[in-house]
Amino acid sequence: MSEDLDFLFALLLNGVSIGLMYSLIALGFVLVYKATDAINFAQGEFVMLAGLIVAMMLSIEGMPLAVAVAVTLAVMIGFGFGLERVVLRPLLGRPVVAVIMATIGLAAVLRGLGPVIFGSETRAVSLPIGDEPIVLGPASLPPIQVAGAIVAIVFFLVFSWFFKKSRMGVAMRAVADNQQVAQAMGINVERYFALAWAMAGVVSALGGIVWGSMLGVDVHLALVGLKVFPVVILGGLDSIGGALVGGLIIGIVESLAAGYLDPYVGGGTKDFAPYVLMILVLMIRPYGIFGKRKIERV
Amino acid sequence: MFHRESGVFKTTYRADMALYPLPIAKWTVMALALIFVVIVPLTVHEYYLSILNLIFIAIVGALGLNILVGYTGQISIGHAAFMSVGAYTAANLAVRLDLPFWITLPAGGLMAAAIGVIVGMPSLRIKGLYLAIATLAGQLIIEWTINHVPAISGGAQASIQVDRPSLFGFSFNTQGSLYFFLLFFAVLAIVGTLNLVRSRIGRAFVAVRDQDIAAEIIGIDIYRYKLLAFAISSFYAGVCGVLYTYYFGIANYEQFQLIVSIDYLAMIIIGGLGSVLGSILGAVFVTLLPIVIRILMEDVGALFFTSAEMANVISGLRLGVFGGLIIFFLIVEPEGLNRLWRNIRSYFRVWPFSY
Repeated sequence: MSEDLDFLFALLLNGVSIGLMYSLIALGFVLVYKATDAINFAQGEFVMLAGLIVAMMLSIEGMPLAVAVAVTLAVMIGFGFGLERVVLRPLLGRPVVAVIMATIGLAAVLRGLGPVIFGSETRAVSLPIGDEPIVLGPASLPPIQVAGAIVAIVFFLVFSWFFKKSRMGVAMRAVADNQQVAQAMGINVERYFALAWAMAGVVSALGGIVWGSMLGVDVHLALVGLKVFPVVILGGLDSIGGALVGGLIIGIVESLAAGYLDPYVGGGTKDFAPYVLMILVLMIRPYGIFGKRKIERV
Repeated sequence: MFHRESGVFKTTYRADMALYPLPIAKWTVMALALIFVVIVPLTVHEYYLSILNLIFIAIVGALGLNILVGYTGQISIGHAAFMSVGAYTAANLAVRLDLPFWITLPAGGLMAAAIGVIVGMPSLRIKGLYLAIATLAGQLIIEWTINHVPAISGGAQASIQVDRPSLFGFSFNTQGSLYFFLLFFAVLAIVGTLNLVRSRIGRAFVAVRDQDIAAEIIGIDIYRYKLLAFAISSFYAGVCGVLYTYYFGIANYEQFQLIVSIDYLAMIIIGGLGSVLGSILGAVFVTLLPIVIRILMEDVGALFFTSAEMANVISGLRLGVFGGLIIFFLIVEPEGLNRLWRNIRSYFRVWPFSY
């Protein structure tokens, strides 16, 4: 009996840490959607791009980790700004389907050209945290998962503070709430759109470093992005807390499915269960747990 | 007889809806028929016939997706999954029950339509982003199911070998004979779509796309028409999957992954949303592009890449160029190649007296 409980505890612990890392990526999606109403189908590819950049920087002999991370952050911020200016701004006011398809196109560009530019082999991102598993009671976790979970928690705290207290965060919420009124109050809406994309770049950079060092960096890193959709649908598209809770739920569901169902169906339930859960949520409560209820019904 | 009109002189709805708006349209169709039925198969090398065959299959799929996305305004990122449903249905029927293609083909289409309606169900309540994500989930769930249920996928490597189609003892087993087989279905799909979009149903689709609330108010049952759009579109996709299966002689889920859905979205965006000619142009463009890239890379790319890297580079470039073109057309010319063609045509309509 206690062995069963230990197994459950290990699965839950694994689910929580993975879930926190999912929420980190989902956060990038939520930030963009909240501020600009644009849907980013390329979030996973952002993460892949950041991973590729950090892996390339680290492969240079004698490169300190801090510099590599700083360069990655800078490049991703620049990428976010540039992307908003070149792709998203011309699409302002166009149907939502056009924006969706543009980000799908963007995902294809990054996934296609990433390996051509950076090389297609799998690279390692080694962080100075060792690989001795950290033992917590009856279960243990690889240190990278713990580090990823801590990074995620820190960033959630930072972003909660940013949106609640800082001047820019309040302005950004105003833009999200009503663009015209925000403009009338003297807020430069376009600047905040660009800022939202840059923030998505920052979050993706961290996601790329954490996920990259866990899975290794190649084009498959972008598949992490497919988990973003169940997370944000579950939590609510425009809720930062929702991204956190959604990530935790998806992480736990995935871990439990892998632990209990895989032996019966021969593997792969990990990629399957979150989507089944998501379909159920879409049918019952499409705005998610914390999302605003303003869903366009037909 | 060979003239074009210099403006819009239609005075009745009947004239506006006519399949052949002018005598020249009939002549064009006859000329195209002569070229594709007689001249091309007699003169063109087998390699080029094989490219044309792939284009014919792509046309069927692109038309189907365009009915859903272009005409009805419902997005689907799961079309490749509907193709795989059609492909595996037909392959299982052909191998296990030994049925001929004229049964397996509609059966594959109908099965895909049924699955398409189920995946399209959420469109009754949600639209835009939510529908995109729901169809994405449909794609991943169908892909996973086919890959993990041996009863569907035929066990080893999730692929089923199928004999080439045959009719009255004649087997379509060369590129030349498959050409006629696929041409027939491509023409059928084109004519079917042309007639669909000028019918009551097609007009209802357009009304749902342009303003769904207004459509509901003038008496269009939008739930019914949305599901109908999903059904028709998935039927085309299923038939497209069956054609792929017969063409390659194998049903394999790797031909129907998420990336293929993006290829087909690229076709209709590049070609032109909500246009039959656009679907055809897009299918031609997207099928030819990788071939052009490969030829270019074999000449130029050898300077930069080793031959071992080349396969990866080509597939990466192909995906990257597709993505870039999707973005380019969305920003610069949302109506696609079809619009460019119309611009050229209307320039020459009153040429050289353009005032």
